[in-house]
Amino acid sequence: MTMSATPPKRLKAMSLGLKLLNEFAGNPLVDKLGLRKPAEQIVTRATSAGFATAAQIGRSFSAVQKLVTPARLHKKTGSGLFDLRPSEEQQMLRDAAASFAMEQLRPAALAADTATKAPPELLKASAELGFALMNIPEALGGAGSERSAMSNVLIAEALAQGDLSLAVACLAPSAVATALVLWGNEGQQAQYLPAFAGEASPAAALAVQEPQPLFDAFALKTTATKKAGGYVLNGVKALVPRADECELFIVAAELAGEGPALFIVEGAAAGLSFAAEPAMGLRAASTQRLTLKNVEVPGTAMLCSGADYADCIALARLAWCALAIGCAQAVLDHVIPYVNERVAFGEPISHRQAVAFMVADIAIELEGLRLATWRAASRAERSESFARETAIARKLASEKAMKIGNDGVQLLGGHGFTKEYPVERWYRDLRACGFMEGVVLV
Amino acid sequence: MINLETPKKFSGLISQANQVAQQFYRPNSRKYDRAEHSYPKELDMLASLMDGLASSGSGGGAGAAGVGKGEAVSGEDNRNGSNLSTLLGAIELCWGDVGLLLSMPRQGLGNSAIAAVANEEQLARFKGRWAAMAITEPGTGSDSANIRTTAVKDGDYYVLNGEKIYVTAGERANLVVVWATLDRNIGRAAIKSFVVEKGTPGFELVRLEHKLGIRASDTAAFVLRDVRVHKDNLLGSAEVNAEKGFAGVMQTFDNTRPLVAGMALGLTRACLEHTSAVLAKAGVEVDFNLHANLQSAAAAELLRMEADYEAARLLTMQAAWMADNRRPNSLQASMAKAKAGRTCVEVALKCVELCGAAGYGEDELLEKWARDAKILDIFEGTQQIQLLIVARRLLGKSSNELK
Repeated sequence: MTMSATPPKRLKAMSLGLKLLNEFAGNPLVDKLGLRKPAEQIVTRATSAGFATAAQIGRSFSAVQKLVTPARLHKKTGSGLFDLRPSEEQQMLRDAAASFAMEQLRPAALAADTATKAPPELLKASAELGFALMNIPEALGGAGSERSAMSNVLIAEALAQGDLSLAVACLAPSAVATALVLWGNEGQQAQYLPAFAGEASPAAALAVQEPQPLFDAFALKTTATKKAGGYVLNGVKALVPRADECELFIVAAELAGEGPALFIVEGAAAGLSFAAEPAMGLRAASTQRLTLKNVEVPGTAMLCSGADYADCIALARLAWCALAIGCAQAVLDHVIPYVNERVAFGEPISHRQAVAFMVADIAIELEGLRLATWRAASRAERSESFARETAIARKLASEKAMKIGNDGVQLLGGHGFTKEYPVERWYRDLRACGFMEGVVLV
Repeated sequence: MINLETPKKFSGLISQANQVAQQFYRPNSRKYDRAEHSYPKELDMLASLMDGLASSGSGGGAGAAGVGKGEAVSGEDNRNGSNLSTLLGAIELCWGDVGLLLSMPRQGLGNSAIAAVANEEQLARFKGRWAAMAITEPGTGSDSANIRTTAVKDGDYYVLNGEKIYVTAGERANLVVVWATLDRNIGRAAIKSFVVEKGTPGFELVRLEHKLGIRASDTAAFVLRDVRVHKDNLLGSAEVNAEKGFAGVMQTFDNTRPLVAGMALGLTRACLEHTSAVLAKAGVEVDFNLHANLQSAAAAELLRMEADYEAARLLTMQAAWMADNRRPNSLQASMAKAKAGRTCVEVALKCVELCGAAGYGEDELLEKWARDAKILDIFEGTQQIQLLIVARRLLGKSSNELK
């Protein structure tokens, strides 16, 4: 029940194969000889079959302990006073995340963006920091006792300040663990959670987003159909981080008569296929398109639906808000010294109101977004309603945080447009925060 | 523990203020909007009631008098005190009517200046008086360091000369806190504030303004001709100290700006509640689970306005909370005022547009709120002044560098 830190051999073989495939696909001869279409069809079949085998040599999840009831985290209670001070524990977690972000993530960000891949040693280091553990109850080998949506927000903010895409890559597996803690029954928890509390936690992803425009997380095209002994899943999920490496998915699908629901799908399941889906941003998270074709899962695979599903969607939106805050903070921290040092017409450009007021607005809207997100997250961890507060924070993330990314590039002018400076990357990453569903949870 | 909810211990105060807004302010709103310059006599009774509540400890004050120095906080304590409670009260009351709040006896901005910087003797002497604030001059608005009204020491008195405009409640107040300079050559360090009794010889009210909104509140202009003010009426230190002088008078703003932001919040919420109700009848309601792009344009606008309102509200609560806990809050106070001021105008005008003729007509209060709103992005520091303050702090620039 332990997993080696190195990827399974078959995965390595696959990535080597993909490298060759890329060279093949980029070769103008392929088109000249009329080979592209037939080759693509072969590749699709080969990779889906290839991955099915690959995944099977990954971990097989089996219950190592029996739980009588699911282990949950207690809801937080407090004095009821208005208070913006993080607890000592939260401050510690935040500091740890911040130094990891600035010392490890930031320096690796440009290369990871270019490679559309997070360095494996970085993901390992992030897992070793153990942020996921505090979301897993002690009974299941974790370190958590209380619901900690607020702490998760602080951690996501701090990590995204280093780099948003790498933060997504680091946090994606713990979203699956958090979902199991929040909504899993005793059997599901006993089967899957101990692995996440172990030394080498598995790659995993919460797949909600679909490729169609105006995607609605409550009107999914991916379907789950009941059949004897389980469900059959069909559909396409978009922008799933590191999908081909995942040993476990939680997939959102429409269940007839039940509405949208979450299903546990093991990476080894037959009928899963993957295709790289590089995008404008989030590139370090190796976003991929995940296709489910007649994927059979057992009757025990359904995680939740109804109000729990709605909570999952809201908690993921809050996580994106937290990521947006961290990234927008990086923009602010970058433009302040830049506009003070950049001289035009004989003095620093920060002496111009047109420039200075943009900086002021960045700070004001960033702080507003932060407080709105904190309010929603702190309500969530006290088990108070948080749908309205989340919608508000998300609206701010989608408009204000994107404007901050836009203004960041504008303030740097031509410099901002080049890869010599990180703001163009933040501009690309920030666009995701306004529409992405799933992937990360607080 | 992080918590951004309105503290339960203030729910009594909030519901009282809301009752006042519903029972006294809203029914009188249109009357005094039309009858500009006539005294809202209904408020005298109300003010006595509020004084009673304040002295019984069950109310935190309705207006600017409530804000001031936070009480000493011991190490780990978290304090939700008078800055926060006064803000919450002001939000409720301005949900009723901003002009009438500004006309509340004994709750003027001068009262908060006194509360912020007066010594014990002065606090006792001015207790229960109504104090207005006189800063602006015909040639000096936002650049208040440039005021021309002079104060010249003459024995135990200062002799004041100059002109002051835009004095809110100037006609109705008993006292006016007047900013004057001891030496125009020294600049901001020489600016001091003096409490001038109405009726002091040479202190003359010359006119009342006719305005776009907040017509229930009188806005006075004064001329000061050799007005003799006793030295005991000088607020703060009499010394001209380049380091601390102007900071002393400006310090008032750290407490009053969140309060004026609160006024904007109350008005914003009034507009949003009214418009949401009107649109709900027309079949438009926000679905908080659905992305704005999947809803009608009107619903998406409502969501956007709710979001701006919430950001402004939390920024303002943060600034007041910091004042309660004696944390320096100049930056946060200006951020709150900037956000709340512009949000209030944008929301009010958009709400009129969404409601159409029903919002534009005088049958409803919405058009009045949209007129009242504009002042909230101007007084107590315009939008642009707030942005300058925020920018200077973030960029580490002086007022000479970032003009």
